[in-house]
Amino acid sequence: MLTAFAILTDGLVYAAYLFLIAIGLTLIFGVMRILNVTHGSFYAFGAYGSAIAVGIYFDRGFPAAGGFLLMVLVAMVIGLGLGLILERGLLRLFYGKDEVIVVLVTYAAFLILEDVIKLIWGPNSYALYQPLALAGTIDVGSLVLSGYDIGLIVFASLLAIGASFALKRTRWGHLLTVVIFDREIAAALGINVTAVYTITFVIGAMLGALGGAVMAPKIAVTLGIGVEVIVLAFAVVAIGGMGSIGGALLGALIVGECRAAAVHLVPQIELFVIYAVMALVLIFRPQGLFTRIAPRKI
Amino acid sequence: MTMVSRPVLFGALALIIVAVVALALPSWLVSLTTLAFANALVVLGLIILWRAGLVPFGQALFYAIGAYAVALIDRYGGMHDVFVLITAAAVLSAFAAFLTGFLLARYREIFFAMLSLAMSMILYGALVKTETLGSTDGFHVEAPTYLGYAPQGAMHLLVLFWLVLAFSAASALLVFLYFRSVAGALAVPVRDSEIRLEFLGVSVNGLIHLNLVISGTLAGIGGAFAALSIEHVDPNMAYWTTSGGFVFVTILAGAGSVAAAFVGSFVFEFLKSIAYDILPGTWQIFLGAVLLVTILFLPEGLGSLFGRLRQRLNLKPANVSS
Amino acid sequence: MRQHLPHPENRLTITFAAWFLGLLALTTTGARAEQPAPVKIGFVTFLTGPAAAPFGIPDHNAAELLVESLNAGQVPAPYAQVGLGGAKIEAKFLDEAGSASDVVTQFRNLAERDHVDVVVGYVSSGNCLAVTPVAEELKQLTVLDICGTPRVFEEKPRHYVFRVNPHATMDNVSTAKYALAKFKDVSVYSGINQNYAWGQDSWRDFRLVMKDLDPKATVDKELFPKLFAGEYGAEISTLLTSNAQFIHSSFYDGDLEAFIYQAAARGLPQRIPLVLTTGESSLWRLGAKVPDGTVIGARGPHTFFAHESALNVWFHKAYVDRFKEQPIYPAYDFAQSLFGLKTAWEKAQAKKGGGRPTTEEVIAAFEGISFPTPSTTVQMALGNGHQGISDTAVGTYKFDKAESRPEMVDIVRYSAACVNPPADVNSIAWLEGGMKGAKCD
Repeated sequence: MLTAFAILTDGLVYAAYLFLIAIGLTLIFGVMRILNVTHGSFYAFGAYGSAIAVGIYFDRGFPAAGGFLLMVLVAMVIGLGLGLILERGLLRLFYGKDEVIVVLVTYAAFLILEDVIKLIWGPNSYALYQPLALAGTIDVGSLVLSGYDIGLIVFASLLAIGASFALKRTRWGHLLTVVIFDREIAAALGINVTAVYTITFVIGAMLGALGGAVMAPKIAVTLGIGVEVIVLAFAVVAIGGMGSIGGALLGALIVGECRAAAVHLVPQIELFVIYAVMALVLIFRPQGLFTRIAPRKI
Repeated sequence: MTMVSRPVLFGALALIIVAVVALALPSWLVSLTTLAFANALVVLGLIILWRAGLVPFGQALFYAIGAYAVALIDRYGGMHDVFVLITAAAVLSAFAAFLTGFLLARYREIFFAMLSLAMSMILYGALVKTETLGSTDGFHVEAPTYLGYAPQGAMHLLVLFWLVLAFSAASALLVFLYFRSVAGALAVPVRDSEIRLEFLGVSVNGLIHLNLVISGTLAGIGGAFAALSIEHVDPNMAYWTTSGGFVFVTILAGAGSVAAAFVGSFVFEFLKSIAYDILPGTWQIFLGAVLLVTILFLPEGLGSLFGRLRQRLNLKPANVSS
Repeated sequence: MRQHLPHPENRLTITFAAWFLGLLALTTTGARAEQPAPVKIGFVTFLTGPAAAPFGIPDHNAAELLVESLNAGQVPAPYAQVGLGGAKIEAKFLDEAGSASDVVTQFRNLAERDHVDVVVGYVSSGNCLAVTPVAEELKQLTVLDICGTPRVFEEKPRHYVFRVNPHATMDNVSTAKYALAKFKDVSVYSGINQNYAWGQDSWRDFRLVMKDLDPKATVDKELFPKLFAGEYGAEISTLLTSNAQFIHSSFYDGDLEAFIYQAAARGLPQRIPLVLTTGESSLWRLGAKVPDGTVIGARGPHTFFAHESALNVWFHKAYVDRFKEQPIYPAYDFAQSLFGLKTAWEKAQAKKGGGRPTTEEVIAAFEGISFPTPSTTVQMALGNGHQGISDTAVGTYKFDKAESRPEMVDIVRYSAACVNPPADVNSIAWLEGGMKGAKCD
């Protein structure tokens, strides 16, 4: 019984992690049709920024609540800066080119940023341990849950709700939805697609950095954390469907729960789980879970 | 016939020159070129698929199958002849491509890429879990024999190089002819508009399946030669970053010409060596920067240089696209 | 959007120029003149990537420090001679990152393009295994540094390849013995190791030793998260609900730190003690966050476990003074490798009356020798004299709150002959056969 509950909560925690790293990517992918490899760099920069800035904050002994707020702020600033530099300075030059070329450009940017991280922060690892300790624990029988993990689940849920609300109820959300649905019609309707691109990319960058910032207290922030995240995020986006927040959420939940079950019950297959889920979903729903069936152009 | 013979002539000439010059080159350069050409075979397969508008992120699946086939037969199968090994690798990877093609041929764009990636990662996971094969450490591949001849010392590098060169030439020629065949020429319409092609009575899925088998076989042969060149196999050969590396070189080379696959692959390996050598701590910035410069200034890849060269030397009319 | 790009003709020129400069860089690099006097050594380790922080950087730091100190003749006896036998060391550093084909290609470049006299390095067992046959083929004297797999010398005898540092078998033999002595009447234990060769081999060795020494002990959970997974929530939950008496792990640095943060936050180590075979590498960074009572190994008698000696005092002080941080075991591993090479080189040189020794002469001198290092004494006893063994030690962690520094208590030493397989015996066979031939006191 306890194992079942453990699987449930572990699945939710991992799903929160996957959702946080995938939401930025699915947004950029859905609107701009760009498979943004630099997403891993946004995550890494967010983690480094958070580990250092928030670490200093807690070292100075400022109130705890502010620390968590600072995490989000740091992510926003990093995402804004990086996103703008990349989109305006680099990606803009390649719009209209073959999609694969654009992917390659983001890959080149990723390579460069990996070494930039090393040049700025060196090869050592950083730790941000205060938030984990401050968040405390919740006991359920012999199972101890970390307060921070629960907080992450809540945070991811709020983000999902907020993002859906923004997409469905605000003007900007409607514009984005139209561009996701059909770029050409959107432009024909007079929507400034270029501005939408820039803003989307920056928001995606902020979300990517946010993922890194809130995960920083749990991991060792070191070189190479971006690489691992990229393929996970891609898998979740492929499962959920391009540009679909609901899809990313559902994809994250499915993978999270399957993986948690695997770890508890059949640890040998843990390595395969995400790819097996992805393969299965794609076999039965070739466009991902939540993509609208688009009419084929003749 | 004139359209075919001139590039073929140049290619054959370049090949003979390279084969002869190899005798005078330092051996590190020979082994680097051997590896580059082995990888170029994979890139050749990717060019075939890219022309049809498909970019798989899982070619490492066939690359690893070819490599491990050679390594396993060499170690446990008791056969060391290089032609047996390469044939086995080709057959096995062709078969794998044929099987996976049934599923893959139905997908396009990002889902095609992700599904092929998933398949290669499943092989990766299986290899990592196989401790008898050394898991992530991999294992050694013994030097092969060539129809009974076992070259000694530095000769074995040269002999392998000439063999890879010969295979590269054969593959290049075959692919070149394929592009000029009906099946090959149909790749471009597949990319542009499948529905029209279907209306003409061509089975697009069947065509893509064929292309998948061809490129899967090429990737398997490339993996086999790579295994023989570095004398080691490990599961990383099936990892997605390996597939990514091949896509990287493919786009660097461009889809325009067959020779571009080989030149592009060689230039990439060469550049990587330089990057490691002069910038040991920051070679990634160097590679990324070079890639960006190339994409900016040569958007059609290195292969387009040949086109422009021919234009400049007035050997080819300006508006022919291969 | 494209108006700001140069004219197509100029674009071609610019691109050609970029490639040409690149090629030029290569030719100037390759054409470095060979100087007969200095000894050229290629040092290969992880300068980038996640393995840089735990292994590559301490390794690289020790290399820089020792090369400079040796060249200035500042190292205490018996290594006081400048460089190697009076000839200064000319170091070339290379990044080990990349695929096996990149590593092998770079090795060939070092051997045949740069004509180094010796190659020292390699952290990853996979790379060691890939590079060794090439070293043999190219007749390149190579000293493998940190990689732990016993396979290097057990698959085939080697002539040009040496490894001073003992292989990984002794890590798990010693920690198993220690754990059994510390946690009386062990009947259940669990393990969490990374899902790749290092983690799998460590767990396999540990299980075999446990079966030899305590046949009634059973395994409750054996977890294998992905390497560099970083997020261990499910694994920690599984371990919390298990009834193990201790948890074995061969995690290192990044993964180890993440695991300890997450586990400590949920009270796991307080409930079930951790046995960390390579835990020493993270102690200085984690400090008080590692719970007291954790069993720690250092892959040899390094740092806390080092034997007292003038050499150790010098090395430790020189390292801290220069890098403002404590040396961890990879730095000590490197020191062992370089001092072993130096001993062999100078012995060969003395044998021929002072002339510069050839590779064959160094090899002959290297086989079977024994020499002091900052940690202990190493003896090249396995693999026909090509593989070193040494004693080792395991301890229990305690964080000294008054002095705010990590401390090791209840240190137990294990002699070399007790925890290493005898010469000419395959490690796995030795473990499966009950560790016959081990000489423990």
